[in-house]
Amino acid sequence: MARSSASKATGSGRRDGVRHSASHGHGPLTPYLFVLPAFVIFAAFLLYPLGRAAQFSLFSWDTISPAVFVGFANYAELARDDGLRRSFLHAFVLIIFYAGLPLSIGLVIASILNRAKVRGMTFFRTVIFLPQVIAMVVVAVAWTRLYSTDGSINALLDAVGLESWSRAWLGDYLFALPAVGLIGSWVETGLVTILLLAGMGRIAKDQYEAARLDGAGAVQEFFAVTLPAVRGEIAVALTLTVVAALKTFDLIYMTTRGGPGTSTTVPSYQVYYQAFQLGQVGVASAIGIALTILIFGISLVITRIADRDIT
Amino acid sequence: MTRRREISVNYLVLVVFSIVALWPVITIGVSAFGPAGVDTGEGIAGLHPENFATAWQEGRFTLYMRNSVLVSALVVVLAVSCSVLAGYAFGTMTFRGSGVLFYLFLLGIMVPAEAIVVPLFFDLRQLGLTDTIWAVAMPQVAQSIAFGTYWMRTYFRSSNRSIAEAARIDGASSGQILWRVQVPIARPAIVTLVVLVFMWTWNEFLIPLVMSPSGALRTAPLGLAFFQGQYSTNTALMGAAAVLVALPVVIVYLVLQRHFIRGMVEGAVKD
Repeated sequence: MARSSASKATGSGRRDGVRHSASHGHGPLTPYLFVLPAFVIFAAFLLYPLGRAAQFSLFSWDTISPAVFVGFANYAELARDDGLRRSFLHAFVLIIFYAGLPLSIGLVIASILNRAKVRGMTFFRTVIFLPQVIAMVVVAVAWTRLYSTDGSINALLDAVGLESWSRAWLGDYLFALPAVGLIGSWVETGLVTILLLAGMGRIAKDQYEAARLDGAGAVQEFFAVTLPAVRGEIAVALTLTVVAALKTFDLIYMTTRGGPGTSTTVPSYQVYYQAFQLGQVGVASAIGIALTILIFGISLVITRIADRDIT
Repeated sequence: MTRRREISVNYLVLVVFSIVALWPVITIGVSAFGPAGVDTGEGIAGLHPENFATAWQEGRFTLYMRNSVLVSALVVVLAVSCSVLAGYAFGTMTFRGSGVLFYLFLLGIMVPAEAIVVPLFFDLRQLGLTDTIWAVAMPQVAQSIAFGTYWMRTYFRSSNRSIAEAARIDGASSGQILWRVQVPIARPAIVTLVVLVFMWTWNEFLIPLVMSPSGALRTAPLGLAFFQGQYSTNTALMGAAAVLVALPVVIVYLVLQRHFIRGMVEGAVKD
């Protein structure tokens, strides 16, 4: 899991105009001194390189000969080049597996578990959250094993009489991408379920009782009471998992390296591949910037939709 | 549905999903104890714990684990201290530009490593800093500061002001109040941050991969990637190496489980 969070971007502003910093016992410079170390490191190693990436993305540079200014040609390349375009398409397929599937499964499990209190929930939470803390490289090693020709997935298919389906999943042109996507589903489902459980735990009991008095069944109750109440949690879960899907690098690097052919290549992998294997620094930077804009845009849209529906 | 049936459905759901979540973990754990070759003998009760020693040695994990420990320690210490200071200022003090500054940190949380790693590599190489611990650690410090400042600000905003006010009346400076009064009370929030930053740093892959082209600063996850290049067919040694890489974070998780879940769930939900 990477350092990302679906923090709702609400700027703090000045909360209280009446207070004066002087009456608060600290000099006018004190707050700046407190923020300074954090800001210097943050600016030097995150903001500055981000600006440089934007700058690099406007040049054609092969790391040896001098850089040539090309304007937005690298971005045009993203739309024109077949492989690069496909990598973004793959990222959207991964979003279905990282966000869509875990959210659907999570909603079902969490609402079932929310209906009756049972023992062992602490253990269950510990277990289903575990995939989040295991290094992605290790997850990749484990799943490469499961997907191999003599792994448990094929053994399971054999056992239920679907021998004809067994194959080297990660080496299959058609199935490699969904196979990688399912690893993402496995990693994210626990996080999403725990988020939703926390949200559903806060729903007041009388809301359900009122629905039941109106003669609502379990399914109607879910749509009338549960779903609207956890809208905020759904937004957070979607933001976290969509961002995780767009940042799939280690998993691809370890399982398929974008292959077979280009069937599992994704923008994250293309950044690395273009910059450090092909020496296309401008194109690599353009992909990185496009990815950043995509992440900003998607989180903004998700937060907007969730906020609008609540009020 | 009757109540009893609801409860049995719940247990069924718990069991099925626990198995799905644990299956890959168990698979890798079991393969780690399997025979690594044809001439490995009986092992101990059919198990082969010697795989861990072999994997450690063949995979040069003494070096990689040492690198991982050094990088993690540096990132945790720097990122957490800077975040506590900045979060304290944003959370308890009123100053010009605090809104814009804080917004910058918030946006920083969402910037993917993929966007900054390319210019970082070429600029730091120019300065002769690639293949140093700084190149591997500092970008991760910056990323963690973005989240950490947000996390600590949230904490300090909701923390009890009256204690700080009392200390201020006693003539304590902001620094003294933070260090002697606030930090001890804020310990749970700080522990959560320490644990999250440690996990992110230990598990990070792209930044150490790019920032240490010679491999001198290769961290444990990278060690595993290179180990896979040589031993991909040896499932026993691969399993053992994978367990070694995952184990430090998993142990911390099992001990401080609440902090992980709280940090990731609340860190995302809290406004």
